[in-house]
Amino acid sequence: MRASLSELTKRFHQVLPEDAVLVKHEQLAPYECDGLTAYRQVPRVALLPATSEQVRAAVALCRELELPIVARGAGTSLSGGALPHPEGVLLNFARLNRVLEIDPQNRTATVEPGVRNLAISEAARPYGLYYAPDPSSQIACTIGGNIAENSGGIHCLKYGLTVHNIQALKVLTTDGEILELGGKHLESPGFDLLALMNGSEGMLGVVLQATVKLLPQPHARKVLLAAFSDVRDAGNAVAAIISHGIIPAGLEMMDHFTIQATEQYCSPGYPKDAAAILICELDGYEEELANQTERARQLLEQHQATQVRLASNEQEAEVLWQGRKAAFPALGNLTPDYYCMDGTIPRKHLAEVLEEIYALSGKFGLRVANVFHAGDGNLHPLILYDANEQGQLEKAEEFGSEILQLCVRMGGTITGEHGVGVEKLNQMCVQFNSKELQTFYAIKSAFDEHGLLNPGKAIPTLHRCAEFGAMHVHEGKLPHADLPRF
Amino acid sequence: MTDTKETIAARIRDAARHKTALQLLGGNTKAFYGRSIQATPLCLADYSGVVEYEPSELYITARCGTPLTAIEQIIGEENQMLPFEPPHFGTTATLGGAIAAGLAGPGRVSSGTVRDSMLGAEIINGKGEYLCFGGKVMKNVAGYDVSRLMCGALGTLGVLMSVTLRLLPKPQCEQTVVIAEAPVDAIHKMNAWALTPMPITATFHDGKSLYVRLTGSSSTIEKCQDEIGGERIEQSELFWIRVREQTHEAFASDAPLWRIQVPPSTDPLDITGPCAMEWNGALRWHATHTDASTIREVTRQAGGQACQFRGPAIEHVFNPLPSALLKIHQRLKHAFDPEGILNPGKMYPQF
Repeated sequence: MRASLSELTKRFHQVLPEDAVLVKHEQLAPYECDGLTAYRQVPRVALLPATSEQVRAAVALCRELELPIVARGAGTSLSGGALPHPEGVLLNFARLNRVLEIDPQNRTATVEPGVRNLAISEAARPYGLYYAPDPSSQIACTIGGNIAENSGGIHCLKYGLTVHNIQALKVLTTDGEILELGGKHLESPGFDLLALMNGSEGMLGVVLQATVKLLPQPHARKVLLAAFSDVRDAGNAVAAIISHGIIPAGLEMMDHFTIQATEQYCSPGYPKDAAAILICELDGYEEELANQTERARQLLEQHQATQVRLASNEQEAEVLWQGRKAAFPALGNLTPDYYCMDGTIPRKHLAEVLEEIYALSGKFGLRVANVFHAGDGNLHPLILYDANEQGQLEKAEEFGSEILQLCVRMGGTITGEHGVGVEKLNQMCVQFNSKELQTFYAIKSAFDEHGLLNPGKAIPTLHRCAEFGAMHVHEGKLPHADLPRF
Repeated sequence: MTDTKETIAARIRDAARHKTALQLLGGNTKAFYGRSIQATPLCLADYSGVVEYEPSELYITARCGTPLTAIEQIIGEENQMLPFEPPHFGTTATLGGAIAAGLAGPGRVSSGTVRDSMLGAEIINGKGEYLCFGGKVMKNVAGYDVSRLMCGALGTLGVLMSVTLRLLPKPQCEQTVVIAEAPVDAIHKMNAWALTPMPITATFHDGKSLYVRLTGSSSTIEKCQDEIGGERIEQSELFWIRVREQTHEAFASDAPLWRIQVPPSTDPLDITGPCAMEWNGALRWHATHTDASTIREVTRQAGGQACQFRGPAIEHVFNPLPSALLKIHQRLKHAFDPEGILNPGKMYPQF
């Protein structure tokens, strides 16, 4: 039987301090959405545990009362990963925010899940070390959320995603078991559950503690800006740099519309008439850097860059990056709402996909801006719309859905780093067939038999796919024709 | 290529129907690794060939029966390499075997292990179902990361049909320097250098001397050598192949060979017999007759794991799993291979 709110409050107060149990609407409202604001839902209860023991006790109680659990770090997810469940508990990790240990000898940091991404690098700085993955929200987002989403960032082209930088996790299952995965040593026997946890969107277990890999800070960096009069040339320049054996620390592209918006917003000095610009950052050992920078410059020029500018000092480099980092707010200034997509494609299709996105923009009558991680083919088209205008949100979502299906057609994926969450469930049906989805369900139930963790996220039900499939007929064939229709 | 995915899937479905245990065989070069099992061989070397290779995209898709040497030759012509430098342990080694074994070579600390380069996998599960996970792109968070889960699973979760791997450009130059150094000092030095941005891409200690591989432009290497000291060796590339393939004399002992993983800065372990080190000290190779429980206790105290890499058959080749972890393993095994026909017992006696 569904427990009453007063009953829930009483039970949670038995295991958590009074101020760690929130049940009033005004207390719950801040948690009604994450970075994807189009979806909103208040939970029944929000909990603020301050220790691992309190988390264990809270999860045990949720298990007993059969309450769905949604874990939340800073709530910066762009896919609704931390959207509360209407019948459930929101487990907020804000108070589990201690850096437990920096081990310079073994180059690791052990932290609680609510520690902010940037706080790890700050704690490691005195030792000349840092934590490499740097999602754009790094001043706010937490390591627990980064693990759930396998977050990337500007520098993951060279230094890898979260999965490449996590050495150990302490994970609580809904059975109340604690799984110790990995360690300060590099590999552990058995299946690679450490890899599986990364990007599992809070569906498999609750992270209680993480040990991350720290890297030595690079000697120096060089930042190049290249302008192009044709998007196609910029796309080809990206492919050329990578294929010539240069792995930049970051390689970002901005299109004409984004350049205009950014110049208007903070004047970073980008060439306003360019069809596209590339920002290329190289870092590493000083001797190596000069050599690589020169080769990158030559390649950019060979690919018809109309100008190539090298930041002559750290301050100039920072100004070049400022524009890139301000691109989203700059575009936000021009529109009441935007919808940020996250498809990834093989680099060689960059120009083709961009042209098709512009064509779709015409078809839907919505403006689109492109600013993205070109080096790894991770697109972030921003669809500009006005939610107050009847039907525009639906139109934007349909536009986005077509972009993602285009990415899958080009050999790419529907999400590079933002996750599926509640947002891309339908597109999952395009990328995976029913047998593959059934494999996902089986993995889920191997960890979370009762399905309490983040229900309804990340993996669509077959029923949903059947319904979505019925609306989207490809080449005259229904996907999942073998499935019963409800 | 005479086998197709349909014929292989049909054989697996047939085995599942009859509950016939299968032993997955690629080039049969790493059968020594893991527990020894008796089962009907399922030969997979015939399912071979490169499906797609895009040098500018830094990835290759190949069928898993493709010989490792063929892959390395094709990508070598474009000056690219497999980042994890997999050991072959024989001329017939296949791509699938390297992925299933999950073993990485000398460059592990700079460019990661097998799963770090895994982008996508097509597999046949124990029910004979053909499934695709991951893709061709570096960043991909759609669905659980099943393709990485296949790395090092020793074929117990599915038959690898084809994989897509990330590649790396080969470095411009490579040089190796050697310094006479006692183990304890070598551990100290490797971990001190690891705190600097010097492009050290491999380290090896053979018991007496420390070998350090430097990559980059020739001027970079020169500058690093000034900092590190030591003498350059001839034929650097060949040297690291001998380390990787364990044909280096440090691996000459007939005693059982233990592959021990510890936090890199751990002092030399109190285990009798010769010891070689890689990965800045994180990987220790002990050739020893010391019994398994003593070795496991010493490594446990150091915060590590011990695997009997080569040696006589024993119950637990890998560290036994704690009960909570074992339960998850058994459930995952059941999810992928409900009849338990794929390499049963290869990793742990319970599945």
